[in-house]
Amino acid sequence: MLELRKLNKGYANGRRVLTELDYTLGAGEFVAIMGDSGVGKSTLLNLIAGLDVADSGAILIDGVDIAGLDDEAATHLRRSHFGFIFQAFHVLPHLTLLQNIALPLLLNARSVDRAAEMLEAVGLAGRGNDFPRQLSGGELQRVAIARALVHRPALVLADEPTGNLDPETAHEVLLLLRAELKATGASALMVTHSQAAAAMADRILILTRDGLHPAGG
Amino acid sequence: MNRTMNKATNNTTSNTVSSKTGVRQLSRWLLGGEWRAHPLRALVAIAAIALGVALGFAIDLINGAAFNEFSAAVKSLSGQSDLQVRGVQSTFDENLYARLRGTPGVALASPVVEIDAVVPGEKNALKVLGIDVFQAAQIAPDLIGVAADDRRFDTLADDAIFLSPAAMTWMKVKAGDTLTLRAGTQPVTLRVAGGLVRSRPGQRLGVMDIGALQWRFERLGKLSWVDLKLVRGIDRARFRKDLPALLGAPVVVTELADQEARTDNMSRAYRVNLNVLALVALFTGAFLVFSTQALSVIRRRPQLALLRVVGLTRRQLLLQILLEGGLLGVAGALLGLAGGYAMAAAALHFFGGDLGGGYFPGVQPSAQFDPVSALIFFLLGSGIAVLGSLAPAWEAANAPLAPALKAGSEDAALSRLGRPWPGLACLVIGALMTQAPPVLGLPLFGYFAVALILVGGIALMPRLAALVFSALARHWPPRLGGALPTLALGRLANAPNQASIALGGVLSSFSLMVAMAIMVASFRVSVDDWLEHILSADLYVRSAMSGDTGALKPAEQRAIAAAAGVAQADFLRVSQLVLDVGRPAVALIAREVDLADPARALPMTDAVLPAATLDALLKANRALPTWASEAMVDLYGYAPGKVITLPVGTQMQRFVIAGIWRDYARQSGALQMRLADYQALTGDHDINDAALRLQPGASSAQVTAALRALPFGALLTFAEPGEIRAISLKIFDRSFAVTYLLEAVAIIIGLFGVAATFSAQTLARAREFGMLRHIGVTRRQILGLLAAEGGMLAAIGIAAGFAIGFCISLILVFIVNPQSFHWTMRLHVPWMGLITVALVLLVSAALTALVSGRVAVSGSALRAVREDW
Repeated sequence: MLELRKLNKGYANGRRVLTELDYTLGAGEFVAIMGDSGVGKSTLLNLIAGLDVADSGAILIDGVDIAGLDDEAATHLRRSHFGFIFQAFHVLPHLTLLQNIALPLLLNARSVDRAAEMLEAVGLAGRGNDFPRQLSGGELQRVAIARALVHRPALVLADEPTGNLDPETAHEVLLLLRAELKATGASALMVTHSQAAAAMADRILILTRDGLHPAGG
Repeated sequence: MNRTMNKATNNTTSNTVSSKTGVRQLSRWLLGGEWRAHPLRALVAIAAIALGVALGFAIDLINGAAFNEFSAAVKSLSGQSDLQVRGVQSTFDENLYARLRGTPGVALASPVVEIDAVVPGEKNALKVLGIDVFQAAQIAPDLIGVAADDRRFDTLADDAIFLSPAAMTWMKVKAGDTLTLRAGTQPVTLRVAGGLVRSRPGQRLGVMDIGALQWRFERLGKLSWVDLKLVRGIDRARFRKDLPALLGAPVVVTELADQEARTDNMSRAYRVNLNVLALVALFTGAFLVFSTQALSVIRRRPQLALLRVVGLTRRQLLLQILLEGGLLGVAGALLGLAGGYAMAAAALHFFGGDLGGGYFPGVQPSAQFDPVSALIFFLLGSGIAVLGSLAPAWEAANAPLAPALKAGSEDAALSRLGRPWPGLACLVIGALMTQAPPVLGLPLFGYFAVALILVGGIALMPRLAALVFSALARHWPPRLGGALPTLALGRLANAPNQASIALGGVLSSFSLMVAMAIMVASFRVSVDDWLEHILSADLYVRSAMSGDTGALKPAEQRAIAAAAGVAQADFLRVSQLVLDVGRPAVALIAREVDLADPARALPMTDAVLPAATLDALLKANRALPTWASEAMVDLYGYAPGKVITLPVGTQMQRFVIAGIWRDYARQSGALQMRLADYQALTGDHDINDAALRLQPGASSAQVTAALRALPFGALLTFAEPGEIRAISLKIFDRSFAVTYLLEAVAIIIGLFGVAATFSAQTLARAREFGMLRHIGVTRRQILGLLAAEGGMLAAIGIAAGFAIGFCISLILVFIVNPQSFHWTMRLHVPWMGLITVALVLLVSAALTALVSGRVAVSGSALRAVREDW
């Protein structure tokens, strides 16, 4: 589904984060990526999402190298294939919960009915007309999960999805995420510092300067 | 793998319509969400645009209505004529009429004598036409008097006058009453025989039999013009061209279009200048929209980045933000059009069509909705709002997504604002444009230069703010004022782009106010000096306050000169010359002028021919000297030493331009010549005004009493220089009153901008304030911080505004005014007034920043720190 080939990325200040990185993510796989701060975990997600550009190498989504896509095509790819979950939730404050969840459906020209189903699936049934300011952090992240999965994307990218949550809420949210991923059949890459969070994934990989390695390997 | 990608592409393509529907629905949600969350900010932007459009549209409607009505009133006097034949002076010999009637190609000729009759005790004159009723009935039937059934021949009676309804109302007379007008110093009593077939609303007009008018008002043998109807099929243009040669007399042949052009030329510069001034409010409103949109986009940077991440394309995001601004503009423009129409209707109803310039006397226009003007102002209002949103929209659409998702990148979003080159380019192009000549008599490049210098100056503000505040932050003594100055300066020095946005509106309105204040003060001081120069006598005597039938005869002049207490009497005769059919007539002023020292009588500029050179030129050309006003230089290309031929008297006479003088009274041009020369050429020995120098010990009151005792003394009007000066300056101030109003509106909109910007910034800085509250900064201290930031920003804005305003004032004084009105002035800076306004603005800006910040710091500190949006 996702294939990384000899991926390299450094920054203008000379700092190299990814060197000759190779990796293949299978369909329906839920993988957690851990590693030290500054090793390039978030950068890796940004590169896969097309939000940043690699220095060299290829990122293949269903066999198509995203480096060859212009901004319009990359946007359409993100819109249809990807779901995103962020540490800072990034829920639009002036839209209702239902409207927030329906965003990807509208952009993909699909019926918004599924937004209500997803709201129910993440345990917020009946609160569709509430605004984000009325929710707790855990509830906000549930909305973000619903939004990330509502249009049945092939790949979910999650960057520290529980970084702003207490351990109990974080556990609940991850259970929900895993359940929904399995229900929709989506693959997922989750960047996290939390062992507990990583443990919820099918596989744990450690990102180092040498590349991705299985945890404990 | 490719299958999935293709599926995604196909989905997008095959669902184009529904995709658009989805994006439209999303667009509605986003718009609704933003406006629900910040209704006040949207309302302020709408109000700013509405006010700018309303002022511009109202002034355009008022000027348009007054112009059209005045033009229609002028045209109504000529009826359906093909051509109009006039003399180059106000009247010509009536023998020409007989020759015109016999000219091949003329089907009908209708002679007219026009006078502005003096109405005793009134400041305004009554326009009276003398017509040949049999000829006029076929060309201008509206002018025919409606006689009573039992007095059908009143239209030919020598004591009858027919009045328009407005004239009857003004003079409080009705059919059957008698009316007294003046010819010279003699009263002329006429019987009001009835009304006219038709006249324009507000048009004060009297009509008499032509022979009766010539006789009663001492115009025997004189005509003002002859309306011509040509035979069918004749080449009108050729006939018009050939007629002066056929007649062998200096005549001016005009068409209706020429009359309209004359009215247009007379008032165009004034109308355009007023409209441009009205647009200043709209211009300031555009800055407000820009700052509102820019700060809104900065505040929502992570949200907008998220939309891009989940699939909104660059173009869709760009259009979304432009739509936000555009809809504010559309709402503001529509409200502005309604408000502008209401303002115009009210102003025309209560004050008439004169906005202070005095160009459209004696008309009573009503507001007419002008769809073309409405469309222009609608497009201006909505367009300027879209333009104000363009830069923020472009930034949002092109922001790198990964950094934009994180908070704290706000000032980086505006880093392009800090580049000095666009601002410097604007300044250079603006400076170059000041060298361009006028276009169609209008200083269009001057206006562009003003706009470019304003935009350029504002564009350089972020760089200037960064330089000044960084230097201040580096050198501020740490112990002075505690932590607050450090925090305020740190913010202003390191995030100058956001801070500068707040300044846009204030900077534009203040700099334009400075420019206008300097221009008006320069103009006023120059006019005051000019009045002092031209009012050098002790007492002024006029035969009538207005009109052209109140002249003084030579015997009366001698009586005035010989009156007790009068040491010297200088007489003045004013008449008119038509030198160009498309322009208003030029004033020909005959008076005593010393050839060796004309500056004793006239306010000369530096352009004066040396006495020896003048003498040589006069002899070589057998010419007479004349002194031209500055307008003659621009309009007719006159220059000192130039030899010209003028139709003064019955023949063409050569003149040498002996010098250029300053005339703030007549922008259409004026020529001065010696009274003796004028009388020798024309045989006209009447005069209008006398300037008296009194004998030592004689007072104005004594001389006035002596002159009043003369047989015609009751008809004289007296004025001392101080009175004339005071009245003139009062008229000057009244004519600029509307500009003060427009400036005030621009300043208020600028302060709205400060309020909107600061409230937006304080909301965006809620987390920063929350953090400060956590570490022990009190709410009062945060408000102090905001007031300090507002005050420091306003201070630098005022300093920069003064510099920009001063540059613009140079353009107004030395480019726009001379090109618009053809007069020059010397620069005068009203320091006290400007310092007062600057201080008021400084305090207002600090208070506005403080008040708008109160809302933002009223929430709980804990929540502010937790907020992620």
